[in-house]
Amino acid sequence: MFHDNKANRLRKEVLVRVARAFYNEQADDALNRIPLAMRPKSTKDSSRCCIYKDRVVLKYRSMAALGFSVESETDELKSVSAYFEEALQREQPVDPVLTVIDEACSACVTTCYTATDACKGCLARSCEAVCPKDAIEFRSGKAWLNPTTCMNCGLCMKACPYHAIIRIPIPCEEACPVGAITKDPETGREIIDHTKCTYCGKCLRECPFAAISDLSQMVDVLKQLEGSKAVAMIAPSIIGQLPGTLPQLKSALKAVGFSDVVEVAEGAEETTRHESAEWVEKMEEGERFMTTSCCPAYIETVEKHLPEIGKFVSDTPTPMAYTASKVRKTDPDATTVFIGPCIAKRVEATRNPDVDYVLTFEELGAILVGAGVDVFECEEQVTPDVSREGRGFAASSGVTNAVKALAPEEAELKPVLVDGLDAKTIRQMKMWATKSCPGNFVEVMSCEGGCIAGPGTLGNPRIAKKQLNALLDESPAIQASRF
Amino acid sequence: MKTVNVSICTGTTCYLMGGAHLLTFDEMLDPCTADHVSICGSHCLGLCNDESNGKPPFVKVNDQVISDATLNKVLDKVREEIEEDAHVS
Repeated sequence: MFHDNKANRLRKEVLVRVARAFYNEQADDALNRIPLAMRPKSTKDSSRCCIYKDRVVLKYRSMAALGFSVESETDELKSVSAYFEEALQREQPVDPVLTVIDEACSACVTTCYTATDACKGCLARSCEAVCPKDAIEFRSGKAWLNPTTCMNCGLCMKACPYHAIIRIPIPCEEACPVGAITKDPETGREIIDHTKCTYCGKCLRECPFAAISDLSQMVDVLKQLEGSKAVAMIAPSIIGQLPGTLPQLKSALKAVGFSDVVEVAEGAEETTRHESAEWVEKMEEGERFMTTSCCPAYIETVEKHLPEIGKFVSDTPTPMAYTASKVRKTDPDATTVFIGPCIAKRVEATRNPDVDYVLTFEELGAILVGAGVDVFECEEQVTPDVSREGRGFAASSGVTNAVKALAPEEAELKPVLVDGLDAKTIRQMKMWATKSCPGNFVEVMSCEGGCIAGPGTLGNPRIAKKQLNALLDESPAIQASRF
Repeated sequence: MKTVNVSICTGTTCYLMGGAHLLTFDEMLDPCTADHVSICGSHCLGLCNDESNGKPPFVKVNDQVISDATLNKVLDKVREEIEEDAHVS
């Protein structure tokens, strides 16, 4: 799980260039030049056939960064700047989907086992012996796996003492916990089935060709920052995502044009209060267990793949929902912008009229760079203290700790942590719903490590965890009631 | 033996483009090397304003600028500096 790589940097560079262009007087020219600037003729290496293909892919990436899905293209000649103009006219954010940039998808070979040059054609030939389908032949003294008969059982790989047989996976399919991304048999390229997709964002991170992209709302927010009042609602996981301290970051957000900055950790306190009360109530009613409800990718998973667990999910609104509803009440005219590590939050936002836009930390970073704001140079803005329980939602176990802090002492809270949703944990949860669950309070985080390791983060999760713990140590304890 | 100074730029641009991960550089060093290396996060080095400097993130090892820096690139440069120093003295 190391996500600082060239593919990841390339994705962020496109966002930065789009944001910079927005602030540039010659925006159109800057935008249309993105593919050329990023792949000039002097470029030596290319992971594709040539720099010209690279440039086409970069144009599609710029489209996604402006919030257009590649599928929406009707005229190949339409310039990046024309998409930009169109984005500025848009009143509503686009439907939050992940999109496969099909030109960028390298159409990986179907997951398969194959024998490599390391094969010594040994005497034992254990691979041949274990193969139930007689799919192994020896050609010029070396093992060869017949793809038409091989059924991908992997026994030969385990049997080979030279580790000469390997499994070649498809990284995005491997990363998807629910089988929502599969190959189009005609083109060999991947397509996302939106009836199955939970928007967890794992495929986006894992694709080595960065072929999967989410549709950015960055330009929509930039436009809002220019005139109207916009309130930034920053997720607890913002710690460690940008340089400087939290108070410095708050003034940096004001410097780019937000009228106010609210910590979603405040909403997390509300979630904690309601969720612990709800848990006590449910236990009294004789329910076996209750799961958390704050992770939107988990909620999507429940709806699409785990209906049996539905009745165990807490009804408590999420921290984002509480925060947005408060902001809307105080200032009904302000545009609300949630800033977090999450792609699935965009889906949650479309269902919540109180949330207008959702940005990832990467997009926020790009906006700060575009506007030329250096967080380290910003003043520390004094802001109300938020409790460590609310801020703790950022990492795995945080919700459990918060609910525990407010649950009555005599209540026997037996927590179970689902730290990262994958095929295995989903199967396990199915069992909990139908048979028995090892605890009575289940915290579910789609991302391993919690929100600080989300798909829209740019910080290092280990450093972020350290910084988060330091902040939690200096934050006050949660109060049972607000007033 | 002189100390090798490593400044990791933590201006917003560098931090965004991967500088955040470079801050784990201290974990790359064995204890012997670590004694001769001083690592600090630095305010914006101002290198991102001119594309001719290369791509962010930037790291400075003594006076030498590394662009599009990765943990391994920085480590190589630090070793080079240590060896050069050993050669001179």
